[in-house]
Amino acid sequence: MFALNNEIVSLTSEKLRSKFGEELLSEETIMDMPAYTFKKECIADVLRFLYDDETLKYRFLTDLCGIHYPDNELQFGVIYHLHSMENNQRIRLKVFAALNDINVPTATTVFKGANWMERETFDFYGIVFTGHPNLERILNVADMDYFPMRKEYPLEDGTREDKNDDFFGR
Amino acid sequence: MKEKLQNKIDTSDIAGAEVHEFVTLNVGPTHPATHGVFQNVMTMDGEYIVDAKQTIGYIHRAFEKIAERRAYYQILPLTDRLNYCSSPINNMGWHMTVEKLLGIEIPKRVQYMRVIIMELARIADHNVCNSVVGVDTGALTGFTYMFQEREKIYEIFEEICGSRLTTSIGRIGGFERNWGDRAWTKLRAFMKSHPARLKEFEALLTRNRIFLDRTIDVGPISAEQALNYGFTGPNLRAAGVDYDVRVANPYCSYEDFDFIVPVGTHGDTHDRFSVREAEMWESMSIINQAIAKLDAMEDKSTFNADSDEFVLPAKEKVYNNMEALIFHFKQVMGETAVPPGEIYSAVEGANGELGFYVVSDGGRTPYRVHFRRPCFIYYQAYPEMIKGSLLSDAIITMSSMNVIAGELDA
Repeated sequence: MFALNNEIVSLTSEKLRSKFGEELLSEETIMDMPAYTFKKECIADVLRFLYDDETLKYRFLTDLCGIHYPDNELQFGVIYHLHSMENNQRIRLKVFAALNDINVPTATTVFKGANWMERETFDFYGIVFTGHPNLERILNVADMDYFPMRKEYPLEDGTREDKNDDFFGR
Repeated sequence: MKEKLQNKIDTSDIAGAEVHEFVTLNVGPTHPATHGVFQNVMTMDGEYIVDAKQTIGYIHRAFEKIAERRAYYQILPLTDRLNYCSSPINNMGWHMTVEKLLGIEIPKRVQYMRVIIMELARIADHNVCNSVVGVDTGALTGFTYMFQEREKIYEIFEEICGSRLTTSIGRIGGFERNWGDRAWTKLRAFMKSHPARLKEFEALLTRNRIFLDRTIDVGPISAEQALNYGFTGPNLRAAGVDYDVRVANPYCSYEDFDFIVPVGTHGDTHDRFSVREAEMWESMSIINQAIAKLDAMEDKSTFNADSDEFVLPAKEKVYNNMEALIFHFKQVMGETAVPPGEIYSAVEGANGELGFYVVSDGGRTPYRVHFRRPCFIYYQAYPEMIKGSLLSDAIITMSSMNVIAGELDA
Protein backbone atom coordinates (compact mmCIF):
# COMPACT_ATOMS: atom_id res chain seq x y z
CA MET A 1 0.00 0.00 0.00
CA PHE A 2 1.25 3.48 -0.83
CA ALA A 3 1.18 5.80 2.16
CA LEU A 4 -1.25 8.68 1.70
CA ASN A 5 0.16 12.11 2.41
CA ASN A 6 -3.16 13.50 3.66
CA GLU A 7 -2.08 17.09 3.75
CA ILE A 8 -0.98 17.04 0.12
CA VAL A 9 -4.02 15.07 -0.99
CA SER A 10 -6.46 17.57 0.51
CA LEU A 11 -4.41 20.44 -0.87
CA THR A 12 -4.48 18.81 -4.32
CA SER A 13 -8.25 18.38 -4.19
CA GLU A 14 -8.75 21.92 -2.98
CA LYS A 15 -6.57 23.46 -5.65
CA LEU A 16 -8.06 21.37 -8.43
CA ARG A 17 -11.57 22.25 -7.30
CA SER A 18 -10.92 25.96 -7.15
CA LYS A 19 -8.94 26.03 -10.38
CA PHE A 20 -11.03 23.77 -12.57
CA GLY A 21 -14.46 23.87 -10.88
CA GLU A 22 -16.97 22.45 -13.32
CA GLU A 23 -14.38 20.60 -15.34
CA LEU A 24 -13.50 18.37 -12.41
CA LEU A 25 -16.26 15.81 -12.75
CA SER A 26 -15.57 13.58 -9.77
CA GLU A 27 -13.02 12.77 -7.12
CA GLU A 28 -12.63 9.70 -4.99
CA THR A 29 -9.96 7.70 -3.24
CA ILE A 30 -9.74 4.18 -4.60
CA MET A 31 -7.84 2.01 -2.14
CA ASP A 32 -4.58 3.90 -1.69
CA MET A 33 -4.79 6.33 -4.58
CA PRO A 34 -6.77 9.56 -4.98
CA ALA A 35 -8.44 9.63 -8.39
CA TYR A 36 -9.88 12.62 -10.25
CA THR A 37 -12.00 12.55 -13.36
CA PHE A 38 -11.88 15.54 -15.67
CA LYS A 39 -13.54 16.70 -18.85
CA LYS A 40 -11.13 15.66 -21.57
CA GLU A 41 -10.66 19.12 -23.06
CA CYS A 42 -8.81 20.43 -20.02
CA ILE A 43 -6.45 17.53 -19.27
CA ALA A 44 -3.35 19.19 -20.72
CA ASP A 45 -4.05 22.27 -18.59
CA VAL A 46 -4.54 20.09 -15.52
CA LEU A 47 -1.21 18.34 -16.08
CA ARG A 48 0.51 21.67 -16.64
CA PHE A 49 -1.11 23.14 -13.51
CA LEU A 50 -0.09 20.21 -11.34
CA TYR A 51 3.41 20.32 -12.82
CA ASP A 52 3.92 24.03 -12.26
CA ASP A 53 2.39 24.28 -8.79
CA GLU A 54 5.13 25.13 -6.32
CA THR A 55 3.85 22.97 -3.47
CA LEU A 56 2.19 20.05 -5.25
CA LYS A 57 4.95 19.37 -7.79
CA TYR A 58 3.41 16.46 -9.68
CA ARG A 59 6.36 16.37 -12.01
CA PHE A 60 6.65 12.72 -12.89
CA LEU A 61 4.33 10.92 -15.25
CA THR A 62 4.48 7.35 -14.02
CA ASP A 63 2.06 5.81 -16.42
CA LEU A 64 -0.46 6.56 -19.11
CA CYS A 65 -2.82 3.97 -20.52
CA GLY A 66 -6.20 3.50 -22.11
CA ILE A 67 -9.29 1.59 -21.09
CA HIS A 68 -12.48 0.65 -22.89
CA TYR A 69 -15.98 0.44 -21.36
CA PRO A 70 -18.18 -0.48 -24.34
CA ASP A 71 -21.41 -0.05 -22.35
CA ASN A 72 -20.76 3.53 -21.34
CA GLU A 73 -21.64 6.49 -23.49
CA LEU A 74 -18.11 7.82 -23.04
CA GLN A 75 -16.51 4.53 -23.96
CA PHE A 76 -12.83 5.31 -23.97
CA GLY A 77 -10.80 6.35 -21.02
CA VAL A 78 -7.24 7.56 -20.64
CA ILE A 79 -5.68 7.04 -17.25
CA TYR A 80 -2.72 9.05 -15.99
CA HIS A 81 -0.68 8.19 -12.95
CA LEU A 82 1.23 11.15 -11.62
CA HIS A 83 3.84 11.12 -8.91
CA SER A 84 5.00 14.03 -6.82
CA MET A 85 8.38 12.72 -5.82
CA GLU A 86 9.11 15.48 -3.35
CA ASN A 87 5.88 14.92 -1.43
CA ASN A 88 5.91 11.21 -2.26
CA GLN A 89 2.28 11.26 -3.29
CA ARG A 90 0.76 9.54 -6.30
CA ILE A 91 -2.53 10.48 -7.92
CA ARG A 92 -4.59 9.13 -10.77
CA LEU A 93 -6.33 11.27 -13.36
CA LYS A 94 -8.95 10.04 -15.77
CA VAL A 95 -10.62 11.44 -18.83
CA PHE A 96 -13.27 9.81 -20.98
CA ALA A 97 -14.18 10.23 -24.63
CA ALA A 98 -17.01 9.01 -26.84
CA LEU A 99 -16.42 6.93 -29.94
CA ASN A 100 -17.58 9.69 -32.29
CA ASP A 101 -15.38 12.27 -30.57
CA ILE A 102 -12.34 10.22 -29.75
CA ASN A 103 -9.67 12.77 -29.17
CA VAL A 104 -7.84 13.88 -26.08
CA PRO A 105 -5.27 16.68 -25.81
CA THR A 106 -1.74 15.37 -25.72
CA ALA A 107 0.38 15.27 -22.56
CA THR A 108 3.60 15.53 -24.55
CA THR A 109 3.56 19.31 -24.06
CA VAL A 110 4.27 18.67 -20.37
CA PHE A 111 6.03 15.31 -20.33
CA LYS A 112 8.30 14.09 -23.12
CA GLY A 113 7.87 10.58 -21.79
CA ALA A 114 4.19 10.67 -22.71
CA ASN A 115 5.14 10.37 -26.38
CA TRP A 116 5.38 6.59 -26.62
CA MET A 117 2.77 5.93 -23.99
CA GLU A 118 0.26 7.91 -26.05
CA ARG A 119 1.37 6.14 -29.21
CA GLU A 120 0.77 2.84 -27.44
CA THR A 121 -2.67 3.97 -26.31
CA PHE A 122 -3.48 5.08 -29.85
CA ASP A 123 -2.16 1.81 -31.21
CA PHE A 124 -4.40 -0.32 -29.02
CA TYR A 125 -7.50 1.83 -28.50
CA GLY A 126 -7.50 4.29 -31.36
CA ILE A 127 -7.61 7.26 -29.02
CA VAL A 128 -6.31 10.27 -30.94
CA PHE A 129 -4.09 12.60 -28.98
CA THR A 130 -4.42 16.01 -30.54
CA GLY A 131 -1.16 17.88 -30.80
CA HIS A 132 0.98 14.75 -30.56
CA PRO A 133 4.15 15.18 -32.64
CA ASN A 134 4.17 11.71 -34.18
CA LEU A 135 1.02 9.73 -33.56
CA GLU A 136 1.77 6.41 -35.29
CA ARG A 137 1.34 2.80 -34.31
CA ILE A 138 4.18 1.63 -32.17
CA LEU A 139 3.94 -2.05 -31.27
CA ASN A 140 1.63 -3.31 -34.01
CA VAL A 141 2.32 -3.21 -37.73
CA ALA A 142 1.62 0.11 -39.41
CA ASP A 143 -1.01 -1.24 -41.82
CA MET A 144 -3.21 -2.83 -39.16
CA ASP A 145 -6.77 -1.55 -39.65
CA TYR A 146 -8.29 -2.08 -36.22
CA PHE A 147 -7.54 -1.35 -32.58
CA PRO A 148 -7.00 -4.70 -30.90
CA MET A 149 -7.48 -3.83 -27.21
CA ARG A 150 -11.05 -2.68 -27.77
CA LYS A 151 -13.46 -5.04 -26.09
CA GLU A 152 -15.26 -5.99 -29.32
CA TYR A 153 -12.21 -7.92 -30.49
CA PRO A 154 -12.14 -11.27 -28.71
CA LEU A 155 -8.79 -12.84 -27.96
CA GLU A 156 -9.68 -16.00 -29.82
CA ASP A 157 -11.65 -16.61 -32.97
CA GLY A 158 -15.27 -16.56 -31.85
CA THR A 159 -16.46 -18.69 -34.76
CA ARG A 160 -14.59 -21.81 -33.75
CA GLU A 161 -16.87 -24.75 -33.08
CA ASP A 162 -14.34 -27.37 -32.02
CA LYS A 163 -13.84 -25.82 -28.63
CA ASN A 164 -16.38 -25.26 -25.87
CA ASP A 165 -15.22 -22.20 -24.01
CA ASP A 166 -18.26 -21.70 -21.78
CA PHE A 167 -16.42 -22.60 -18.63
CA PHE A 168 -13.27 -20.63 -19.27
CA GLY A 169 -12.58 -16.99 -19.56
CA ARG A 170 -14.95 -14.16 -19.98
CA MET B 1 28.86 15.07 -27.77
CA LYS B 2 27.05 17.67 -29.75
CA GLU B 3 30.15 19.85 -29.67
CA LYS B 4 32.02 17.15 -31.50
CA LEU B 5 29.81 17.71 -34.52
CA GLN B 6 30.56 21.38 -34.53
CA ASN B 7 34.25 20.98 -33.79
CA LYS B 8 34.84 19.02 -36.93
CA ILE B 9 37.43 20.18 -39.42
CA ASP B 10 36.33 23.10 -41.50
CA THR B 11 35.90 21.71 -44.99
CA SER B 12 34.62 24.81 -46.70
CA ASP B 13 37.77 25.38 -48.71
CA ILE B 14 38.10 21.80 -49.90
CA ALA B 15 36.90 21.23 -53.43
CA GLY B 16 33.75 19.15 -53.58
CA ALA B 17 33.06 19.46 -49.86
CA GLU B 18 29.68 21.09 -50.51
CA VAL B 19 28.46 17.74 -51.81
CA HIS B 20 27.61 16.65 -48.32
CA GLU B 21 25.51 13.57 -47.90
CA PHE B 22 24.12 11.79 -44.91
CA VAL B 23 24.12 8.02 -44.93
CA THR B 24 21.16 6.07 -43.63
CA LEU B 25 22.30 3.07 -41.68
CA ASN B 26 20.11 0.28 -40.37
CA VAL B 27 21.28 -1.12 -37.07
CA GLY B 28 19.17 -4.16 -36.42
CA PRO B 29 16.55 -5.63 -36.13
CA THR B 30 18.93 -8.56 -35.71
CA HIS B 31 22.35 -7.26 -35.00
CA PRO B 32 24.86 -9.02 -32.76
CA ALA B 33 25.69 -5.80 -30.94
CA THR B 34 22.18 -4.94 -29.83
CA HIS B 35 21.46 -8.01 -27.64
CA GLY B 36 17.88 -8.39 -28.70
CA VAL B 37 15.52 -7.45 -31.46
CA PHE B 38 16.03 -3.71 -31.78
CA GLN B 39 16.03 -1.72 -34.96
CA ASN B 40 17.52 1.72 -35.20
CA VAL B 41 17.51 3.67 -38.42
CA MET B 42 20.41 6.01 -38.02
CA THR B 43 21.30 9.02 -40.12
CA MET B 44 25.06 9.17 -40.17
CA ASP B 45 27.44 11.96 -40.99
CA GLY B 46 30.56 9.89 -41.44
CA GLU B 47 31.09 8.19 -38.09
CA TYR B 48 28.78 10.57 -36.24
CA ILE B 49 25.10 10.04 -35.58
CA VAL B 50 22.92 12.90 -36.71
CA ASP B 51 19.60 11.31 -35.95
CA ALA B 52 18.18 7.96 -34.94
CA LYS B 53 14.73 6.47 -35.08
CA GLN B 54 13.86 3.34 -33.14
CA THR B 55 11.43 0.75 -34.41
CA ILE B 56 10.05 -1.48 -31.70
CA GLY B 57 7.40 -4.15 -31.46
CA TYR B 58 9.19 -7.05 -33.15
CA ILE B 59 8.38 -9.40 -30.30
CA HIS B 60 5.07 -7.93 -29.23
CA ARG B 61 2.96 -10.73 -27.80
CA ALA B 62 -0.21 -8.88 -26.69
CA PHE B 63 0.21 -9.69 -23.01
CA GLU B 64 -2.30 -7.09 -21.96
CA LYS B 65 -4.96 -8.57 -24.23
CA ILE B 66 -4.15 -12.12 -23.14
CA ALA B 67 -4.29 -11.05 -19.50
CA GLU B 68 -7.88 -9.92 -19.98
CA ARG B 69 -8.83 -13.53 -20.61
CA ARG B 70 -6.72 -15.24 -17.98
CA ALA B 71 -7.52 -15.74 -14.33
CA TYR B 72 -5.20 -14.02 -11.88
CA TYR B 73 -3.14 -17.15 -11.28
CA GLN B 74 -2.66 -17.65 -15.00
CA ILE B 75 -1.20 -14.22 -15.61
CA LEU B 76 1.87 -15.17 -13.60
CA PRO B 77 3.67 -16.88 -16.53
CA LEU B 78 3.11 -13.80 -18.69
CA THR B 79 5.00 -11.64 -16.21
CA ASP B 80 8.02 -13.95 -16.50
CA ARG B 81 8.41 -12.88 -20.06
CA LEU B 82 8.56 -9.15 -19.48
CA ASN B 83 12.07 -8.54 -18.19
CA TYR B 84 13.32 -12.08 -18.52
CA CYS B 85 16.69 -11.26 -16.96
CA SER B 86 14.99 -10.84 -13.62
CA SER B 87 11.67 -12.71 -13.86
CA PRO B 88 11.34 -13.28 -10.08
CA ILE B 89 10.93 -9.54 -9.49
CA ASN B 90 8.12 -9.44 -12.04
CA ASN B 91 6.52 -12.50 -10.47
CA MET B 92 6.66 -11.03 -6.98
CA GLY B 93 5.37 -7.71 -8.30
CA TRP B 94 2.35 -9.48 -9.74
CA HIS B 95 1.68 -11.47 -6.56
CA MET B 96 1.87 -8.33 -4.48
CA THR B 97 -0.52 -6.52 -6.82
CA VAL B 98 -3.12 -9.27 -6.50
CA GLU B 99 -2.56 -9.54 -2.76
CA LYS B 100 -3.09 -5.80 -2.45
CA LEU B 101 -6.32 -6.11 -4.41
CA LEU B 102 -7.49 -9.03 -2.26
CA GLY B 103 -6.20 -7.55 0.98
CA ILE B 104 -4.14 -10.58 2.01
CA GLU B 105 -1.64 -10.08 4.83
CA ILE B 106 1.70 -11.76 4.18
CA PRO B 107 3.68 -13.18 7.12
CA LYS B 108 7.06 -11.62 7.81
CA ARG B 109 8.94 -14.83 7.06
CA VAL B 110 7.48 -15.00 3.56
CA GLN B 111 8.22 -11.33 2.98
CA TYR B 112 11.87 -11.81 3.89
CA MET B 113 12.08 -14.86 1.66
CA ARG B 114 10.67 -12.77 -1.17
CA VAL B 115 13.21 -10.06 -0.51
CA ILE B 116 15.98 -12.64 -0.89
CA ILE B 117 14.53 -13.82 -4.20
CA MET B 118 14.09 -10.33 -5.56
CA GLU B 119 17.57 -9.21 -4.59
CA LEU B 120 19.10 -12.34 -6.10
CA ALA B 121 17.26 -11.54 -9.31
CA ARG B 122 18.53 -7.98 -9.18
CA ILE B 123 22.10 -9.24 -8.83
CA ALA B 124 21.61 -11.58 -11.77
CA ASP B 125 20.17 -8.80 -13.90
CA HIS B 126 22.82 -6.23 -13.03
CA ASN B 127 25.54 -8.82 -13.56
CA VAL B 128 24.30 -9.47 -17.07
CA CYS B 129 23.88 -5.80 -17.90
CA ASN B 130 27.24 -4.68 -16.56
CA SER B 131 29.19 -7.54 -18.00
CA VAL B 132 27.57 -6.86 -21.38
CA VAL B 133 28.71 -3.25 -21.17
CA GLY B 134 32.15 -4.78 -20.70
CA VAL B 135 31.70 -6.95 -23.77
CA ASP B 136 30.68 -3.98 -25.88
CA THR B 137 33.81 -2.14 -24.87
CA GLY B 138 35.91 -5.16 -25.78
CA ALA B 139 36.30 -7.01 -22.48
CA LEU B 140 34.77 -10.43 -22.94
CA THR B 141 36.47 -12.03 -19.95
CA GLY B 142 34.32 -10.46 -17.26
CA PHE B 143 31.21 -11.60 -19.05
CA THR B 144 32.15 -15.28 -18.92
CA TYR B 145 32.87 -15.06 -15.18
CA MET B 146 29.68 -13.20 -14.38
CA PHE B 147 27.58 -15.64 -16.37
CA GLN B 148 28.97 -18.37 -14.18
CA GLU B 149 27.75 -16.40 -11.16
CA ARG B 150 24.35 -15.95 -12.73
CA GLU B 151 24.28 -19.69 -13.22
CA LYS B 152 24.63 -20.15 -9.46
CA ILE B 153 21.74 -17.80 -8.84
CA TYR B 154 19.65 -19.74 -11.32
CA GLU B 155 20.49 -22.93 -9.49
CA ILE B 156 19.07 -21.42 -6.33
CA PHE B 157 15.88 -20.52 -8.21
CA GLU B 158 15.78 -24.01 -9.60
CA GLU B 159 15.93 -25.48 -6.11
CA ILE B 160 13.10 -23.24 -4.98
CA CYS B 161 10.67 -23.38 -7.88
CA GLY B 162 12.00 -25.84 -10.45
CA SER B 163 12.78 -23.45 -13.26
CA ARG B 164 15.57 -21.11 -14.11
CA LEU B 165 14.91 -18.34 -16.56
CA THR B 166 11.14 -17.92 -16.72
CA THR B 167 10.66 -18.81 -13.11
CA SER B 168 6.96 -18.27 -12.27
CA ILE B 169 8.26 -18.34 -8.73
CA GLY B 170 5.92 -18.02 -5.77
CA ARG B 171 2.16 -18.01 -5.68
CA ILE B 172 -0.46 -15.53 -4.59
CA GLY B 173 -0.04 -15.39 -0.82
CA GLY B 174 3.46 -16.80 -0.59
CA PHE B 175 5.44 -19.63 -2.09
CA GLU B 176 4.40 -22.93 -3.61
CA ARG B 177 6.39 -24.85 -1.00
CA ASN B 178 8.88 -24.26 1.74
CA TRP B 179 12.48 -23.94 0.65
CA GLY B 180 14.41 -27.16 0.91
CA ASP B 181 17.76 -27.60 2.65
CA ARG B 182 19.58 -27.68 -0.67
CA ALA B 183 18.22 -24.26 -1.59
CA TRP B 184 19.52 -22.84 1.67
CA THR B 185 22.90 -24.53 1.23
CA LYS B 186 23.25 -23.14 -2.27
CA LEU B 187 22.14 -19.70 -1.18
CA ARG B 188 24.64 -19.59 1.68
CA ALA B 189 27.41 -20.90 -0.55
CA PHE B 190 26.63 -18.24 -3.13
CA MET B 191 26.63 -15.49 -0.54
CA LYS B 192 30.04 -16.65 0.57
CA SER B 193 31.65 -17.00 -2.83
CA HIS B 194 30.08 -14.16 -4.77
CA PRO B 195 31.78 -11.12 -3.17
CA ALA B 196 35.21 -12.33 -4.27
CA ARG B 197 33.99 -12.83 -7.83
CA LEU B 198 32.31 -9.45 -7.93
CA LYS B 199 35.49 -7.82 -6.70
CA GLU B 200 37.43 -9.65 -9.37
CA PHE B 201 35.02 -8.39 -12.02
CA GLU B 202 35.28 -4.84 -10.74
CA ALA B 203 39.06 -5.08 -10.74
CA LEU B 204 38.85 -5.88 -14.43
CA LEU B 205 36.90 -2.79 -15.36
CA THR B 206 36.52 -0.04 -12.78
CA ARG B 207 40.06 1.32 -13.07
CA ASN B 208 40.64 0.10 -16.60
CA ARG B 209 41.84 2.98 -18.76
CA ILE B 210 40.23 1.69 -21.94
CA PHE B 211 36.94 1.09 -20.19
CA LEU B 212 36.94 4.53 -18.58
CA ASP B 213 37.74 6.22 -21.88
CA ARG B 214 34.98 4.35 -23.62
CA THR B 215 32.29 5.04 -21.02
CA ILE B 216 32.84 8.41 -19.33
CA ASP B 217 30.66 11.12 -20.90
CA VAL B 218 29.16 8.63 -23.31
CA GLY B 219 25.39 8.81 -23.69
CA PRO B 220 24.74 11.27 -20.87
CA ILE B 221 21.35 12.53 -19.77
CA SER B 222 20.62 15.26 -17.25
CA ALA B 223 18.45 14.62 -14.21
CA GLU B 224 15.81 17.03 -15.47
CA GLN B 225 15.60 15.37 -18.88
CA ALA B 226 15.60 11.92 -17.31
CA LEU B 227 12.63 12.78 -15.10
CA ASN B 228 10.78 14.35 -18.00
CA TYR B 229 11.30 11.23 -20.04
CA GLY B 230 10.01 9.04 -17.22
CA PHE B 231 13.29 7.36 -16.36
CA THR B 232 13.30 5.16 -13.28
CA GLY B 233 15.66 2.69 -11.70
CA PRO B 234 19.45 2.72 -12.04
CA ASN B 235 19.29 4.94 -15.14
CA LEU B 236 17.53 7.69 -13.23
CA ARG B 237 19.75 7.26 -10.19
CA ALA B 238 22.83 7.52 -12.42
CA ALA B 239 21.57 10.97 -13.41
CA GLY B 240 21.52 11.94 -9.74
CA VAL B 241 17.92 11.44 -8.61
CA ASP B 242 17.68 9.21 -5.54
CA TYR B 243 14.32 7.70 -6.38
CA ASP B 244 13.94 4.05 -5.48
CA VAL B 245 10.53 2.43 -5.04
CA ARG B 246 11.95 0.27 -2.25
CA VAL B 247 12.57 3.43 -0.23
CA ALA B 248 9.84 5.77 -1.48
CA ASN B 249 6.98 3.27 -1.16
CA PRO B 250 8.36 0.31 0.77
CA TYR B 251 6.75 -3.01 -0.06
CA CYS B 252 7.51 -6.49 1.19
CA SER B 253 9.06 -5.11 4.43
CA TYR B 254 11.91 -3.29 2.70
CA GLU B 255 11.61 -0.73 5.50
CA ASP B 256 13.17 -3.32 7.83
CA PHE B 257 16.41 -3.32 5.89
CA ASP B 258 19.32 -1.00 6.05
CA PHE B 259 20.71 -0.06 2.66
CA ILE B 260 21.78 2.97 0.71
CA VAL B 261 20.57 4.16 -2.68
CA PRO B 262 23.64 4.80 -4.82
CA VAL B 263 23.41 7.77 -7.17
CA GLY B 264 25.59 9.08 -9.98
CA THR B 265 26.18 12.61 -11.16
CA HIS B 266 26.34 12.76 -14.95
CA GLY B 267 23.93 10.09 -16.07
CA ASP B 268 26.49 8.76 -18.52
CA THR B 269 27.36 5.17 -19.30
CA HIS B 270 30.02 5.04 -16.63
CA ASP B 271 27.60 6.29 -13.98
CA ARG B 272 25.01 3.75 -14.99
CA PHE B 273 27.64 1.04 -14.74
CA SER B 274 28.84 2.26 -11.35
CA VAL B 275 25.35 2.61 -9.92
CA ARG B 276 24.59 -0.98 -10.88
CA GLU B 277 27.83 -2.20 -9.36
CA ALA B 278 27.10 -0.36 -6.12
CA GLU B 279 23.55 -1.69 -6.10
CA MET B 280 24.78 -5.24 -6.29
CA TRP B 281 26.76 -4.72 -3.09
CA GLU B 282 23.67 -3.28 -1.47
CA SER B 283 21.65 -6.25 -2.64
CA MET B 284 24.22 -8.59 -1.13
CA SER B 285 23.93 -6.74 2.15
CA ILE B 286 20.11 -6.89 2.03
CA ILE B 287 20.20 -10.64 1.43
CA ASN B 288 22.60 -11.13 4.33
CA GLN B 289 20.32 -9.11 6.57
CA ALA B 290 17.31 -11.13 5.42
CA ILE B 291 19.10 -14.43 6.07
CA ALA B 292 20.05 -13.21 9.55
CA LYS B 293 16.46 -12.19 10.25
CA LEU B 294 15.15 -15.54 9.04
CA ASP B 295 17.75 -17.42 11.10
CA ALA B 296 16.68 -15.51 14.18
CA MET B 297 13.04 -16.48 13.65
CA GLU B 298 11.69 -19.50 15.46
CA ASP B 299 9.21 -20.21 12.74
CA LYS B 300 10.86 -22.25 9.99
CA SER B 301 7.78 -23.61 8.29
CA THR B 302 5.48 -20.75 7.24
CA PHE B 303 5.71 -20.28 3.51
CA ASN B 304 2.40 -18.70 2.65
CA ALA B 305 -0.36 -16.56 4.04
CA ASP B 306 -3.22 -17.88 6.09
CA SER B 307 -6.01 -17.41 3.60
CA ASP B 308 -7.85 -20.53 2.53
CA GLU B 309 -9.76 -18.75 -0.15
CA PHE B 310 -6.85 -17.65 -2.31
CA VAL B 311 -3.82 -19.59 -1.22
CA LEU B 312 -3.51 -22.92 -2.98
CA PRO B 313 -3.99 -26.02 -0.78
CA ALA B 314 -0.94 -28.07 0.14
CA LYS B 315 0.24 -30.47 -2.55
CA GLU B 316 -0.14 -33.56 -0.32
CA LYS B 317 -3.79 -32.68 0.06
CA VAL B 318 -4.25 -32.00 -3.64
CA TYR B 319 -2.82 -35.38 -4.60
CA ASN B 320 -4.74 -37.36 -1.99
CA ASN B 321 -7.96 -35.55 -1.42
CA MET B 322 -10.72 -35.00 -3.96
CA GLU B 323 -12.06 -31.77 -2.43
CA ALA B 324 -8.64 -30.20 -2.26
CA LEU B 325 -8.00 -31.13 -5.89
CA ILE B 326 -11.26 -29.56 -7.02
CA PHE B 327 -10.58 -26.47 -4.94
CA HIS B 328 -7.08 -26.19 -6.37
CA PHE B 329 -8.51 -26.36 -9.88
CA LYS B 330 -11.15 -23.77 -9.09
CA GLN B 331 -8.58 -21.38 -7.72
CA VAL B 332 -6.27 -21.65 -10.70
CA MET B 333 -9.19 -21.23 -13.10
CA GLY B 334 -10.30 -18.10 -11.25
CA GLU B 335 -13.45 -19.36 -9.55
CA THR B 336 -12.71 -17.61 -6.28
CA ALA B 337 -14.27 -14.17 -6.09
CA VAL B 338 -11.95 -11.23 -6.56
CA PRO B 339 -13.43 -7.94 -5.34
CA PRO B 340 -14.04 -5.16 -7.87
CA GLY B 341 -11.44 -2.47 -7.62
CA GLU B 342 -8.76 -0.52 -9.29
CA ILE B 343 -5.20 -0.66 -8.23
CA TYR B 344 -1.73 0.46 -9.13
CA SER B 345 1.14 -1.31 -7.50
CA ALA B 346 4.82 -0.91 -8.21
CA VAL B 347 8.02 -2.72 -7.41
CA GLU B 348 11.58 -1.67 -8.03
CA GLY B 349 12.43 -3.85 -10.98
CA ALA B 350 16.04 -4.37 -12.00
CA ASN B 351 15.78 -1.61 -14.59
CA GLY B 352 13.19 0.67 -13.08
CA GLU B 353 9.77 1.02 -11.60
CA LEU B 354 7.74 -1.95 -12.74
CA GLY B 355 4.09 -1.06 -12.25
CA PHE B 356 0.91 -3.08 -12.55
CA TYR B 357 -2.34 -1.26 -13.11
CA VAL B 358 -5.23 -3.64 -12.63
CA VAL B 359 -8.93 -2.93 -12.97
CA SER B 360 -11.16 -5.68 -11.64
CA ASP B 361 -14.89 -5.78 -12.21
CA GLY B 362 -15.34 -8.75 -9.91
CA GLY B 363 -15.12 -11.25 -12.74
CA ARG B 364 -12.80 -14.21 -12.94
CA THR B 365 -10.32 -12.33 -15.05
CA PRO B 366 -9.12 -8.75 -14.71
CA TYR B 367 -11.03 -6.19 -16.74
CA ARG B 368 -7.86 -4.42 -17.69
CA VAL B 369 -4.21 -4.99 -16.92
CA HIS B 370 -1.54 -2.53 -17.84
CA PHE B 371 2.11 -3.22 -17.28
CA ARG B 372 4.21 -0.14 -16.68
CA ARG B 373 7.38 -1.38 -18.32
CA PRO B 374 10.28 0.85 -17.33
CA CYS B 375 12.39 0.32 -20.44
CA PHE B 376 9.49 1.02 -22.81
CA ILE B 377 9.31 4.45 -21.26
CA TYR B 378 12.97 5.32 -21.05
CA TYR B 379 14.06 3.84 -24.36
CA GLN B 380 12.36 6.75 -26.14
CA ALA B 381 15.13 9.03 -24.91
CA TYR B 382 17.73 6.96 -26.76
CA PRO B 383 18.03 9.16 -29.90
CA GLU B 384 18.52 12.23 -27.77
CA MET B 385 21.26 10.50 -25.79
CA ILE B 386 23.23 9.37 -28.82
CA LYS B 387 22.84 12.30 -31.21
CA GLY B 388 26.25 13.64 -32.09
CA SER B 389 28.13 10.65 -30.77
CA LEU B 390 29.94 7.86 -32.56
CA LEU B 391 28.20 4.72 -33.67
CA SER B 392 30.31 2.58 -31.34
CA ASP B 393 29.29 4.79 -28.42
CA ALA B 394 25.64 4.34 -29.32
CA ILE B 395 26.05 0.59 -28.89
CA ILE B 396 27.50 0.97 -25.39
CA THR B 397 24.84 3.50 -24.46
CA MET B 398 22.15 1.04 -25.41
CA SER B 399 23.62 -1.87 -23.48
CA SER B 400 24.17 0.32 -20.43
CA MET B 401 20.51 1.37 -20.49
CA ASN B 402 19.52 -2.25 -19.91
CA VAL B 403 16.78 -2.30 -22.52
CA ILE B 404 15.22 -5.76 -22.53
CA ALA B 405 13.27 -6.63 -25.67
CA GLY B 406 10.70 -8.73 -23.83
CA GLU B 407 9.77 -5.89 -21.57
CA LEU B 408 9.96 -3.26 -24.27
CA ASP B 409 7.43 -4.97 -26.50
CA ALA B 410 5.30 -6.78 -23.90
